[in-house]
Amino acid sequence: MSGARAEILSAVRQALGRGRLDPAAEAALRVRVAAHRRNLVPARATALDRAGRIDLFVAMAEGVQATVTRVASPAAVPAAVVQYLAAENLPADLVMAPDPGLDAIPWHSRPLLQLRRGPAEPADAVSLTPCFAAVAETGTLMLVSGADTPTTLNFLPDTHIAVVRADQVVATYEEGWDRLRAAVPGEAAGARLPRTVNFITGPSRTGDIEQRIVLGAHGPRRLHIVVIDDPASDGRGQGQDGEDGCEGPAAAG
Amino acid sequence: MAGKRLRVALFVTCLVDLFRPTIGFAAVKLLELAGCAVEVPRLQTCCGQPAYNSGDNADARTIARRVIDAFAGYDYVVAPSGSCAGMLRRHYPALFADDPIMLPRAQELAARSWELVSFLVDVCGLDRVAAEWRGAATYHDACSGLRELGIKDQPRRLLGSVAGLKLRELPGAEVCCGFGGTFCVKYPQISDKMVDDKATDIAATGAAAVLAGDLGCLLNIAGKLTRRGQPIEVRHVAEVLAGMTGEVAPIGMPR
Amino acid sequence: MHATSRDFSANAGAALADRNLQRALAMMTGSGFPLRRREVVERLPEFEALRDIGQSIKEHTLAHLDFYLELYEEQVAASGGIVHWTRTAEEACAAVLEICRAAGASIVTKGKSMIAEEIGLNGFLESHGITPIETDLGEYIIQLRHEPPSHLIAPAMHLVKEQVADTFRAAHRTLDPQRPLAEPRQLCDEARAELRPRFLAAEIGITGANFLVAESGSSIIVTNEGNGDLTQTLPRVHIVVASLEKLVPTFEDAATLLRLLARSATGQEFSSYTTVSTGPRRPGDLDGPEAYHVVLVDNGRSAMLGGEFHDMLRCIRCGACMNHCPVYAAVGGHAYGWVYPGPMGAVLTPGLIGLEAAAPLPEASTLCGRCESVCPVKIPLPNLLRRWREREYARRLTKRSWRAGLSLWAWVAARPALYHGLSELGSRALGWAGGRRGRFRSLPFAGGWTRMRDLPAPEGRSFHSLWAERQKRGARR
Repeated sequence: MSGARAEILSAVRQALGRGRLDPAAEAALRVRVAAHRRNLVPARATALDRAGRIDLFVAMAEGVQATVTRVASPAAVPAAVVQYLAAENLPADLVMAPDPGLDAIPWHSRPLLQLRRGPAEPADAVSLTPCFAAVAETGTLMLVSGADTPTTLNFLPDTHIAVVRADQVVATYEEGWDRLRAAVPGEAAGARLPRTVNFITGPSRTGDIEQRIVLGAHGPRRLHIVVIDDPASDGRGQGQDGEDGCEGPAAAG
Repeated sequence: MAGKRLRVALFVTCLVDLFRPTIGFAAVKLLELAGCAVEVPRLQTCCGQPAYNSGDNADARTIARRVIDAFAGYDYVVAPSGSCAGMLRRHYPALFADDPIMLPRAQELAARSWELVSFLVDVCGLDRVAAEWRGAATYHDACSGLRELGIKDQPRRLLGSVAGLKLRELPGAEVCCGFGGTFCVKYPQISDKMVDDKATDIAATGAAAVLAGDLGCLLNIAGKLTRRGQPIEVRHVAEVLAGMTGEVAPIGMPR
Repeated sequence: MHATSRDFSANAGAALADRNLQRALAMMTGSGFPLRRREVVERLPEFEALRDIGQSIKEHTLAHLDFYLELYEEQVAASGGIVHWTRTAEEACAAVLEICRAAGASIVTKGKSMIAEEIGLNGFLESHGITPIETDLGEYIIQLRHEPPSHLIAPAMHLVKEQVADTFRAAHRTLDPQRPLAEPRQLCDEARAELRPRFLAAEIGITGANFLVAESGSSIIVTNEGNGDLTQTLPRVHIVVASLEKLVPTFEDAATLLRLLARSATGQEFSSYTTVSTGPRRPGDLDGPEAYHVVLVDNGRSAMLGGEFHDMLRCIRCGACMNHCPVYAAVGGHAYGWVYPGPMGAVLTPGLIGLEAAAPLPEASTLCGRCESVCPVKIPLPNLLRRWREREYARRLTKRSWRAGLSLWAWVAARPALYHGLSELGSRALGWAGGRRGRFRSLPFAGGWTRMRDLPAPEGRSFHSLWAERQKRGARR
């Protein structure tokens, strides 16, 4: 196939009316890429303060049929989860990401809640995951794959519960990428990034039949987001990811 | 208007010349009302659009050269048609993109070329007319005028000043009526579906009349409405604005 | 895929008479994509500015495509993936087959991919004993029906729910024949249940890519169902098939284009799942594929680059153009006869399968420009259609009678006295013949018009004659 590679590149250059770019020009383009310059970013979320961003995130997420519960501390999460499962008439039986941040939540306060840690299996009905970030501009969760965060938890079960800390709420996708790049130090971007970065905006849906929206096509029918808006965590957040062990994949083994 | 009167050359258009001269006279009346001195260059014929849209650029250029010659020297060239004005304004420069002699002349003409209603409002500053027309009317946005020349508010503004006229917005006002010059005879079935949908939308407004700024669209729409047996008046917006609706029957209707 | 674009006229006629299709199309134009797009665009004041930026991102990338392709490949390799460069549809299909064979795998699930459609991947794999299972609901439905997609985003949008129910009853024979299948909810649930075991059994997952990100060698898929994600996460091999022009430089550039894409395509702020994949699973990962392959496809892109149709390479496959096209709304996607329908299909198809095979497509437009006005990257579609028409005219693909008519028209239009004389004659004759009725129900040589609508009669005198008379009267005073 190296013949094809050379031929395609040659055809591209010929079409552009030039040969290979000279080293200076290539270097300039590499600098351009590395600069990660932002294009115009919509003002929708950027002018908001922390509280405004969280409110926007919640409003946008609810606008796409995610449901949201806000709690004031990690200690309140188990009760919120139990309450949600009861309200949806779901068994109190979850598969959970083996994430240190989630482990730090006092699940023992709800001993009837059955938790298994690991990737999802076909029979799992409900999953629980942390997030890497939550993007306010469109109510979008940003999740990354890793040793503690298997991707199947986001897609196989019918119900996905995602736990978001207030300090993970960012205004825009660009801020999410800044945080991810900062969390995965190293050289080549391709080598540093996780296998999967999921941007999830509401539950699974399709409009393929008569343009009528139906939730729960192949992914989860329900997306429930628990936002821990802990006033005590106000000072944390910006550039201090890794506090609760919700680090990027580089921290894993 | 203070100062020297604008010397405006009327670009009649083929369809107005053949089918409905009243539109041309209405245009002249409106332009004179707005303070312009109007002339009609004798050597004008067609803008060349049928050839251009068929990919026959050679013939389009032949015709365009004559238009550029015929309309030299006037302050403005005004056509009661968005598609013809669009041809002069947007496409003549493209036609002569590779011709270093004709290109500047084409660009110069393009800069002086306008569709009638937008000229009255945007250049002459006209914001009202003295005409009267009692009843409900709806307005179809012809495609070239809308998308090539940005004509949207101007006719509505002037129609809003016509005494007794109640303007109802047409759902799908911006959807093509299916005329498309040669399209309506090359793909008659598709064109028919499009004009049929347009007629249905027009009838649903309950308006007594439908107006537009392009005679091609109007002939198409009128022909469909009468074939459907729906007695909705079809007129060029200039006829209403100039108060000349008493001088000629609506398009396609008996005298 | 065998093209029937040459038969567009006949296809269109059949489409206009197809009541199910007409019902389905009315759903799109009524309350579907165009309305939703308008609403979501109103909620983003920066949308117009983003269109300009999207255009310039694509332009910059294309102008440096060789650099970005090499950077992209370098990063894919750094992530543990492999890029396969393929010049043609045949090479691309062969590359996919080779990957399957090398992996010793034959159970394949597939996310929606137009490039895979373009290269005829499914048919090729089937002829070699591998049947890829389409997992996108619309693609699954049309795979069962042995039909091609009729829309870029909603492949089964030409169907009404009754047709889908009939297809499912015929295909899912183990289920209770009395079960209710009247509503999309029931149909979706049935497809979900049918496909879940297939996802779990798959050894290879094939997806397309909405974008390829050069900075990190990543691919991005934009979906709503989650099928693309299950396709690319569960099997042990993930194959991405993507054409050259999908490259963008950075995630910041991708973010801009993503803001345009969902809004333009379905009227959503963002799709349910926008997924970035970079290489295979990492050491320590609990799931994910072991191998990541990218089949990079040229298939005519480098030939379009830098040429008359270069602008078409900006296309991000959102479908906005066809959602807003009155011709598409009248005849649907199958009439266009190949993979890509609507305005973008009319421009792209002749470039990919040749003008002779696709000749009617550039003609089947009123050049109304609505497509261009909604294109998120500002492709000048009407101008590109006109360029194809120029080529058709120059290659005499246009009907002889038409060319003769145009030449005659130009000849007369160059002779004002003759032109005006004929116009006066014509208006008098037709004005008189139209009589008191003011219109013609039929007219010799005008059957194309009068079959469907009346032809209004002229007033009876030409403008130029009347104007000349008026001038004379004025001069006499």
